[in-house]
Amino acid sequence: MSLAFRVEKRDQGSALFRSLTIIASVLVALFVAGFLLLAAGVNPAAAYLEILREALGSTYGISETLVKATPLIITGLAVSVAFRMQIWNIGAEGQIYMGACGATGVALFSGLEAPLMLPAMFAAAFLAGGLWASVAGLLRARWQVNEVIVTLLMNYIAILLADYLIYGPWKNPDGYNFPLTAQFVDAARLSEYFNTRLHSGFFLALFCALAVYLLMERTIWGYQIKAIGSNPAAARYAGMKTGLAIFLVLALSGAIAGIAGFSEVAGLQHRLQHGLSPGYGYTAIIIAWLARRSALGVIIVSLLMGVLLVGGDSLQLSWQLPVAFAYAFQGLILFFLLAGDFFINFRLRRVKEDADA
Amino acid sequence: MPDLLQLTHIRKTFPGVIALDDVSFSIRAGEIHTLLGENGAGKSTLMNVLTGFYAPDSGGLQLDGQPVRFASPRDSLALGIGMVHQHFMLVPAHSVLENIMIALQGVPLLFSRRQQRARIEQTIEEFGLDLDLNAPVWKLSIGAQQWIELIKLLLRDCRLLILDEPTAVLTPQEAAKLFQVLLRLKQQGKCIIFISHKMREVMEISDRVTILKKGRSVTTLEKGEFDQKKLAGLMIGGDRIPEWQKSLPFSEEIVLEIENLSVRNDRGLADLDNFSLRLQKGEILGIAGNGQKALAEALTGLTRVESGRVLAAGEDITRSCARSSYIAGIAHIPEDRKAIGIVPDLSLDENLILKNFRAKCFRNGVFQSRSAIRDNAEEKIGQFAIKAGPPGSPVRLLSGGNIQKVIIARELSEQPAVLVALYPTRGLDIGSAEYVHKVIADGASNGMSTILISEDLDELYKICDRIAVIFRGRLIGYADPTSSSRAEIGLMMSGEVSA
Ligand SMILES: Nc1ncnc2c1ncn2[C@@H]1O[C@H](COP(=O)(O)OP(=O)(O)OP(=O)(O)O)[C@@H](O)[C@H]1O
Ligand SMILES: [Mg+2]
Repeated sequence: MSLAFRVEKRDQGSALFRSLTIIASVLVALFVAGFLLLAAGVNPAAAYLEILREALGSTYGISETLVKATPLIITGLAVSVAFRMQIWNIGAEGQIYMGACGATGVALFSGLEAPLMLPAMFAAAFLAGGLWASVAGLLRARWQVNEVIVTLLMNYIAILLADYLIYGPWKNPDGYNFPLTAQFVDAARLSEYFNTRLHSGFFLALFCALAVYLLMERTIWGYQIKAIGSNPAAARYAGMKTGLAIFLVLALSGAIAGIAGFSEVAGLQHRLQHGLSPGYGYTAIIIAWLARRSALGVIIVSLLMGVLLVGGDSLQLSWQLPVAFAYAFQGLILFFLLAGDFFINFRLRRVKEDADA
Repeated sequence: MPDLLQLTHIRKTFPGVIALDDVSFSIRAGEIHTLLGENGAGKSTLMNVLTGFYAPDSGGLQLDGQPVRFASPRDSLALGIGMVHQHFMLVPAHSVLENIMIALQGVPLLFSRRQQRARIEQTIEEFGLDLDLNAPVWKLSIGAQQWIELIKLLLRDCRLLILDEPTAVLTPQEAAKLFQVLLRLKQQGKCIIFISHKMREVMEISDRVTILKKGRSVTTLEKGEFDQKKLAGLMIGGDRIPEWQKSLPFSEEIVLEIENLSVRNDRGLADLDNFSLRLQKGEILGIAGNGQKALAEALTGLTRVESGRVLAAGEDITRSCARSSYIAGIAHIPEDRKAIGIVPDLSLDENLILKNFRAKCFRNGVFQSRSAIRDNAEEKIGQFAIKAGPPGSPVRLLSGGNIQKVIIARELSEQPAVLVALYPTRGLDIGSAEYVHKVIADGASNGMSTILISEDLDELYKICDRIAVIFRGRLIGYADPTSSSRAEIGLMMSGEVSA
């Protein structure tokens, strides 16, 4: 008897079932990654313990996890806002860079003093990210140009633009020709806590989550976003302006991603430098997908990612594994999380070939 | 001989809803068996259990006396049980032939295309259907699309055919044709499960009727044991049918005037051709004949007007800016409920405020007032006897008739000056249909004018003050329901007589 499987859509899974699936996928991923570790001559159990200890076992580890989670939460929220309207913002990465450029411009050249400096940087980042994304919004709303392509391609422009600034006009004159801007003055830095790198950006991220929750679930704007996302024809028929809404939502999504750029330069790096984001904007897409509709979900998934990033980095140090290994490890985990997501919506059923005629 | 199919003590629950509580009934070979029940009684769910789309929580199925379990509709189809769903699954851009071929999987397509075609043509001929195999599906009427679904099942040699409210979307002529086909299938020994809310049809075609109430099978009656009244009584049980009275003669004031309106459809043909109409305040004006839909869409701004004028209270609103605001004052019950009537993923409460979510009473500043929205929903659920799921669950999970009630409740909630209703009672059980008629009649006494578009002459006769008859996009004349006979209207609709 031969075995065959077929895919069936299943009823909506319960919340408990969803959570269990996510946990199970992480376990499976760890199991599979274990073989990689074995091949590299490392005891997987020890390595996993190490990851946990690194990421959660000390004040320093926890603070690092939160630091990594901060930009992920903010960009995850940015992407998920657009998701609710069935708009795919693949450009959060570029919007982070634009936000960072905006904030850096103000920090370096405005000459503002303490209480005004940070709000001005925040506003500049918000506007820069928003304007950047609104290009895609305009093209989509006005001429039905696919926002996926536009936002994606604009990432490259944004990253190269930032590079141009730090290799060119904004380069630190006292920086021995390194591609960096000058360090920010104290007024342009977010405060730090517990003698670690944890900065107010994390609380800003939590605040953003609250704001996004209120916007989506409690206001008439959120109501319209959800209605348009679920059935644009009905929304239009009910008198909503769908084109304008598409434009505004993309702009808002970009603006939120811009905040992540602000938080990274003002809270962590204190200057604009090459490789500002190691792909947070792309990870954010996966985060928003896994978190589905909930702002709280974005926080939880981002924290999980934070653990993986911090723990994964530690593998490099403790066992001299190459950096590519950490990436492969993270990739595996993501892969299984997405696969697990598939099993929430579908089930495999065994088909006995001889049974049905 | 055991019955073809037997269902015993079927129970199916969804989170927060008992859709089927305890249902038992059986199908005999060669019978047309009707399922009757109020909206949300569980008819569609039962059929979905029967075809394996849902697994029952408990209870069992027996086919030819043997217990069976279907894991998916494919399993049941393999054993000769097929269903025509209310929402067809066709590819609009493909031809009829291609759509049928897609469904016939497991057949070596490359080699037998010609053979297949011959077989399909033979079936079409056998049942005297009017269907062009080369036509793209999007050009076909809904009735013709239904034929495609039926042919698919016939080609797969189904013994048991399930039709979930097939006549809801058909014109009376198309329905008559469908009944001919069903009777023929019965002669060939096939079984048919038929679902409908139209008593006249149920009386005409059923061999047996099973009545479902609140997820329980009440009883099964043989032909001869039932009449319309008895069925209605069993179905409604203790519930009361609302009573209403037609309003007094309406006023002379003209609220809406249409002059020489022409509308073309996306196939380039004229749906309305030099069409003129006058609507008086407090009047219920029925529209019969082709072109009804284009009229409704032109009035509510869903279609571009080619030429002609629409005057509201003497003011030309055909193209002026006032149009959109005026349109806002026209309540519209659209034909395509799922496409533009509801937002499927939002809850019942949220769908009920879709058109007036900006109203002061539903918000505090930019924040929505949840309690006001909830109160509004509770009020509407009570008034229209909507069978709602647990609060917050998406509206798409409601039964077909209950979705319809949500739309009607919303459209009528703002006391509009003009109501344009397309087939407003389609898919509603008799009690709910009566309530909708009551609301329209009560509205008329308060000065609301209604344009009622319906395929159902019974409905037009019952509630309308006048009936305007359209033929080929032109107004043929007005008929008075109190004095003209059905035959006269029928002749006018076919263009043979003008009043
Ligand atoms: N997938 C689902 N999830 C949750 N509830 C459901 C689901 N499907 C059906 N229901 C509920 O089950 C009940 C029965 O629905 P069903 O569609 O079977 O009614 P029906 O008899 O076909 O009514 P109608 O005449 O309006 O078509 C309804 O209250 C409906 O809301
Ligand atoms: Mg139904």
